[in-house]
Amino acid sequence: MGGISLNYLVRRLLVFFLTLWVAATLIFIIPRLAPGDPIAAMVARLSYQAGFVENSNAIIEGWKERFGLNDPVYVQYVRFLGGLLQGDLGYSMARFPATVTELVGRALPWTIGLVGISTVIFFVVGNLCGALLAWKRTPRLAKVVIPMSMIFTSIPPLLAGLLLSYTFAFLLGWFPQSYSYGFGMTPALNLEFILNVIHHGTLPAMAIVLVTFGYWALGMRGMMVTIEGEDYMILAQAKGLKPFYVLYRYMIRNAILPQMTALAVSIGTLVNGVVLVEVIFNYNGMGTLIVTALREQDFGLIQGTAFILITTSALAVLIIDLSYPLIDPRISLEGR
Amino acid sequence: MAEDNNTQDAPVAGGTKEAGFLNRFDNPWLNWKFLSGTGMLGCLFFLIFLGYQLWDTDLALSARAPLNLPPVGFENWRGQEGIPEHPLGTENSGRDMLALWIVGTPRTIFVGVIAATVGMIVGIILGFMAGFLGGTFDDVIRLAVDIAITQPSLLYLIVIQAVLGTVDLLTMALLISLFSWATPTRYIRAQVLSMRESGYVQMARLSGVPVRDIMFREIMPNLLPYLGASYIGNMQGAIISAVGLEVLGFGPQRIPSLGVAIFFAIEAGALFRNMWWWWGIPTITLSVVFVALLLINLGLDEVANPRLRKAN
Repeated sequence: MGGISLNYLVRRLLVFFLTLWVAATLIFIIPRLAPGDPIAAMVARLSYQAGFVENSNAIIEGWKERFGLNDPVYVQYVRFLGGLLQGDLGYSMARFPATVTELVGRALPWTIGLVGISTVIFFVVGNLCGALLAWKRTPRLAKVVIPMSMIFTSIPPLLAGLLLSYTFAFLLGWFPQSYSYGFGMTPALNLEFILNVIHHGTLPAMAIVLVTFGYWALGMRGMMVTIEGEDYMILAQAKGLKPFYVLYRYMIRNAILPQMTALAVSIGTLVNGVVLVEVIFNYNGMGTLIVTALREQDFGLIQGTAFILITTSALAVLIIDLSYPLIDPRISLEGR
Repeated sequence: MAEDNNTQDAPVAGGTKEAGFLNRFDNPWLNWKFLSGTGMLGCLFFLIFLGYQLWDTDLALSARAPLNLPPVGFENWRGQEGIPEHPLGTENSGRDMLALWIVGTPRTIFVGVIAATVGMIVGIILGFMAGFLGGTFDDVIRLAVDIAITQPSLLYLIVIQAVLGTVDLLTMALLISLFSWATPTRYIRAQVLSMRESGYVQMARLSGVPVRDIMFREIMPNLLPYLGASYIGNMQGAIISAVGLEVLGFGPQRIPSLGVAIFFAIEAGALFRNMWWWWGIPTITLSVVFVALLLINLGLDEVANPRLRKAN
């Protein structure tokens, strides 16, 4: 990591921490901007369900006191930020003894796994397809087949998920329709469980990969076309270097750089898509958790899940940004 | 799809050769991607227009039709057959799917258009000012874009909607537009930066043309294809967000849009009951819209970037 210039590092870290601060502040402000009083609304809902709640005013006051809602807003804000710094996201209102951190901790690994594996697949496959599309020596057949496989590009993962779930889970029954592992299985690190998880994760991952890799192929192809016109390409060919060597060392390695930047930018969109795909497949990750929280009107859990997911994607962006100078030495020299 | 115009082995059958021929020499706007994309959207709008003329759109309200009928020529799980009064079938609260399609499709596109337009206007203003004025203003905008652009907007929208509850489509569009300014800003800023140094802008500067006129009368016309591509991309993003929110149950419930129809279908377990027409018709329609938008986007890219045209 010695190659990263201080300037670059400082700017990336600044963006990272500002992102977290903006996210925390927005999540703090939004419910307070809305008309009405969340506690009163919750008690109203309780009395709607139970018919009648005794001393509802006393309950409202008690809760307000308990959560410090009578303090000035800035005190609440500082307390909220302090809590986040210590990883304290409060309690889930609907499943009371459980803390938000606990519930999120159970869901987050599944989402990270799903997003991580899908990202690796669509990034590698997409860039490879794009490179092959632009390369002069690619067999004709591949140049016909690859664009045809890109027909799903631009369809949102949500819709792809619906179509895949219907075709491969309902009609054909090849893959399970929901959850990340079979009922009655306990998570353990043995072959059976891992295979089961892969079996369950295939369709959700496919829903993301199938509609995403085409974008990367298109971007890669555009970059390759630009590079093909460069002088060093002519030199490389004139030197009589092996075609594969030229493709990898001269073309792909140069063309991949902007793709990495694009990957960092696309993380947000990717997370949006994964949340919805999880809902379709009832995959027990963060997306399903936030939707369950919506159904249960569990506002604390909604806030906590959203914040952690935003933090996670900001962290992913930071990691990509920081690994960028490793593959592009120019960044460390340029200093910004 | 990514195949170039003037090669013969382009994969999409029909039209390729002719469009490639037209395109070979003169008008970059006549590339097959742009034409087929606009053609698909045009057909869709024409069908919707016809639908409004010929079909009773009140049938999109609930309890106007028998429940759970399949499209004509199919059988549902109870063994009922589709009837011509409801050619695309009905769903479980008695809405006619054809009427729902006619009413719902433009509503979904409406959200995309509004959100993309607002985001684009903000993006144009910020992007031009940042790129052209530079200095501290540029630094602030660049930082704001860096922060905003990687955010998973859906999560913020979920938090907002969890507070507001169900909202009408215009509010939803405006909420989405809060998150659709960063990409156009970044894109336009980069383009303006590269154009700022070009000869004709320097010339205009030296001649004492006011900054506003340089921005909007000298640079802007050259950016139009870029702006078009960026706008279409923005629209895709906005529709994706809108459909996402609707599928989570935040859409208008009385007269559904396509995303709301999918929400109802999922809630009612249409996937398990093999009522494919209920979620399938909205899904296919949306997919067609997205593919059309992508084709238009790629076509505009080709107009903006002559290098892509010369590829291969």
